Amino acid sequence: MNKIIANADEAVRDVQDNQTLMVGGFGLCGIPENSISALVKKGVKGLTCISNNAGVDDFGLGLLLQHKQIKKMISSYVGENAEFERQLLSGELEVDLIPQGTLATRCMAAGYGMPAIFTPAGVGTEVAIGKEVRNFNGKDYLLEYAFEADFAFVKAWKGDAHGNLIFRSTSRNFNPLMAMGGKITIAEVEHLVPVGELDPDQIHTPGIYVHRIFQGSNYEKRIEQRTVRPRV
Amino acid sequence: MLDKNGIAKCIARELKDGYYVNLGIGIPTLVANYIPEGINVTLQSENGLLGMGPFPYEGEEDPDLINAGKQTITTLPGSAVFDSALSFGMIRAGKVDLTILGAMEVSENGDIANWKIPGKMVKGMGGAMDLVASAKNIIVAMQHVNKAGESKLLPKCTLPLTGVGCVKKIVTELCVMEVLPEGGFKLLERAPGVSVEEIKKATLGKLIIEGDIPEMVLS
Repeated sequence: MNKIIANADEAVRDVQDNQTLMVGGFGLCGIPENSISALVKKGVKGLTCISNNAGVDDFGLGLLLQHKQIKKMISSYVGENAEFERQLLSGELEVDLIPQGTLATRCMAAGYGMPAIFTPAGVGTEVAIGKEVRNFNGKDYLLEYAFEADFAFVKAWKGDAHGNLIFRSTSRNFNPLMAMGGKITIAEVEHLVPVGELDPDQIHTPGIYVHRIFQGSNYEKRIEQRTVRPRV
Repeated sequence: MLDKNGIAKCIARELKDGYYVNLGIGIPTLVANYIPEGINVTLQSENGLLGMGPFPYEGEEDPDLINAGKQTITTLPGSAVFDSALSFGMIRAGKVDLTILGAMEVSENGDIANWKIPGKMVKGMGGAMDLVASAKNIIVAMQHVNKAGESKLLPKCTLPLTGVGCVKKIVTELCVMEVLPEGGFKLLERAPGVSVEEIKKATLGKLIIEGDIPEMVLS
């Protein structure tokens, strides 16, 4: 079993215009930096991106927005990106804003082979418009469908040739869910380790969900809000 | 009249030992600075962490360790990290005891609007809709009136809703109010130096005043 590919360019080789991509990360934490750069370079257009956020103006998915490669964003919060807001208000960009837990669980449902979920998030709000409402034990829930994505791009801390992945700290966020949810899942890792080195008990994403894996490079790991406390 | 820290301090009195608490961005985040002595609470950050610690010392920031406001933070002994589906799973399942968040408007039946101003602000709801739909206890921390001087406590919200009938308590710079199950803002306490008349003037929704309203005592 060897899912290792050479680099990000090879990872994105068959991504086509107008496809749907899941892109892992929360804010700029745990985003697949190398794959995003390769998508910018490849120049694919008309993409639908499922990602909690849309990066910032000059980093993360903001780079794909800058190059007008994204047709539609499916996100929960896009507040850090002025270019995003501009494209949205001018009508260049379609946006589906959905609750964060709904976003995460629709990814998870795809990976669990479940076509839909019920969640109370958004009941009685504009998120519920056009959706089936079902009452269970006296409480209303919305029917929300599992996502379908042509590709999922995720970033992990460690991985092996089988595609097994371990994430680090809060950079885990949406990554394991999207890894499960993509039709073709591409993982970039900080440390590609020999098979057998990862403790089976510690693996977050079993390799069966991962189709391609590569050793990432030049991670910038930008911090959005650098907050510190004084030393006493 | 309370400043932002005063509002946070006032809300911190609601914390009980053993609570799991989710703090929203803004004033709610400040509540963590006023956790009463002898009370142990575990802070949940919805990007996937239980046991959120203080900001790191300069030079020790870890880009892989942030809170839901994208700020660098630390873990504590006993912290746990998990993915976003599990994070909202525990929220949806009602495991989080208390959610504290900000609002643009609250209505007298407990509806909350805090995510969108049509045509102006399109940032998104983040985890707020999930939190308000499932939390057992929701306290709103906010200013009583908006920048234009208009009441944010209304008979009915005018902005797009985040959740319906979910807010239990509201703390503003002027007072503490409880949202009654049958509707109405029941005045519980006045902020230092604030009169009932001032609160009445700043509240557009139904305000319920029973007997003498005590002035709050903050240590």
